[in-house]
Amino acid sequence: MVAALQTRAGVMLLAVIILLLPLVLPSPFYFRIATLVFIFALAVLGLNLLMGFAGQVSLGHAGFFGIGAYAVAVGPTHWGIPSWAALILGAVAAGLLAFLVGRPILRLRGHYLAVATLGMGLLIAMVLTNEAQLTGGPDGMPVPRLDLFGWRVRGAMPWYWVSGVTLAIAAWLAANLLDSPTGRALRAIHDSETAASVLGIDLARYKLTAFVLSAVYGAIAGAYLALFDGLVTPATAGFLRSIEFVSMAVLGGLGSILGSVVGATLLVVLPQALTVFHDYEHIVLGLIMIVFMVFLRAGIVPSLAALAVRRKP
Amino acid sequence: MSAFSVEDVSIAFGGLKALQNISFAVEPGEIFAIIGPNGAGKTTLFNVVSGLYRPTQGRFFVNGADVTGLPPHALAARGLSRTFQNLQVFTRMSAIDNIMVGRHLHERHGVLPHLFALPAVRRQNRATRAKAMELLALVGMMDFAERQADGLAYGQLKRLEIARALATEPKVLLLDEPAAGCNAVETRDIDNVIQKVAASGVSVVLVEHDMRLVMKISHRIHVLDGGRTLAEGTSDAIRNDPAVIAAYLGGAVRGGDAHASG
Repeated sequence: MVAALQTRAGVMLLAVIILLLPLVLPSPFYFRIATLVFIFALAVLGLNLLMGFAGQVSLGHAGFFGIGAYAVAVGPTHWGIPSWAALILGAVAAGLLAFLVGRPILRLRGHYLAVATLGMGLLIAMVLTNEAQLTGGPDGMPVPRLDLFGWRVRGAMPWYWVSGVTLAIAAWLAANLLDSPTGRALRAIHDSETAASVLGIDLARYKLTAFVLSAVYGAIAGAYLALFDGLVTPATAGFLRSIEFVSMAVLGGLGSILGSVVGATLLVVLPQALTVFHDYEHIVLGLIMIVFMVFLRAGIVPSLAALAVRRKP
Repeated sequence: MSAFSVEDVSIAFGGLKALQNISFAVEPGEIFAIIGPNGAGKTTLFNVVSGLYRPTQGRFFVNGADVTGLPPHALAARGLSRTFQNLQVFTRMSAIDNIMVGRHLHERHGVLPHLFALPAVRRQNRATRAKAMELLALVGMMDFAERQADGLAYGQLKRLEIARALATEPKVLLLDEPAAGCNAVETRDIDNVIQKVAASGVSVVLVEHDMRLVMKISHRIHVLDGGRTLAEGTSDAIRNDPAVIAAYLGGAVRGGDAHASG
């Protein structure tokens, strides 16, 4: 319950930040960055349901992100489906795929699961590249703008609010889940699969639940990015993107809802901030990540929270 | 009808016959101890009947229903619960959350209601929490409810596991060395809890090295040696069984100072 209260407080804090941030953001460029942070945080939050709560790794999560992104590109362009409906269809398709793929591969553990999900991600990226008539192949394709019943959502400001509100809702749902029998089952599986199963928890079912949910979060985030950018390429679903998600989740803190947002913020904002280092940008970014992981082992948010608790008299 | 019975169970790992033709039956409310030297197959037996290992031969029954080969979570749903010799506590969860996980089988499940924290889910959470608190009180750990499990002492974790197993409201409770590593006071507490649980009609199957505890609370004792049944009977019968004395207990029990090594 204490943990649940902390989690809910974290969600409140996030909502307040999203609400007040526009007061201090000086230009559309910053709104754009914030929007990217929200979109990535949404995907990372989904991955965190799987990795941080249930303790199952996925190195193919960009695959689901890509399915969402291409759904809002291909659907409206080729089949005349409205963008919002294509977004929903993409989320459903990603969830369905996760359900079908998850049943066999979630029996695997640790490194084996990592490689299996990696393979799944590569396959999705390959299909998106090769179905060139539909997807534009390696060059990608333009994405029609989102039109919500006459409101054309374009530019940094509207997208700031769409992605921000979505992220807040997604975080609220995740916090609710954490404080429910499902959330407790997932956390139990993370700590001891043996003990969880002898208490009556169907491991396969709950791992699959987390996998499907995380795929849906990922697909919605992917759709948002595509609609926001107005362009998709196969890199959207690529291996590096998957690694980026995992890095954000681990850096911010596995199992921490606020951690997902902090991790996404860091890895979206830092590359922008580090451009002053020109050629050395990536070296500095790498060093910062290493230093964070060495000193804040449990990830930024959980480690700092633990420190704060210890400081209290 | 026995609450729990094992018929002719054998298991082999490669060439090693870890259990051979084990049979016994436990009545409702009975405290049934399984003893034997290290390597006798006690924990293996628990792992078989809780569904973690599949027996190479034999069957076992809960309330007369054949439950052989069911996965652990299905066995739990049939009323079988257990604790572990080397603890399997959810270390990153608080004490109370650990026990709340144990209420899983008695909660309603549906991801969508959980996601939206519908009023019914909140009510259920409160009920689960209240029940978990009762169980914490039963094992004397009310004051540690919000403590994260990895910050608890060994004896507390042992009791936490018992409370968590009880949260499933089992018909059959398998306890793997509940008193191992506990001091005299903690052992007495555990002893009290076990007797209370059995008095409520639960069959308790106990693996334990603390002979004083075993002799004191068990209705019947089943002795294993090298994967085979050596003897079965009341504590008096076991205490005086020449084969048991020769194989395992030595003179220690008759001297009254019984604490088997290991």
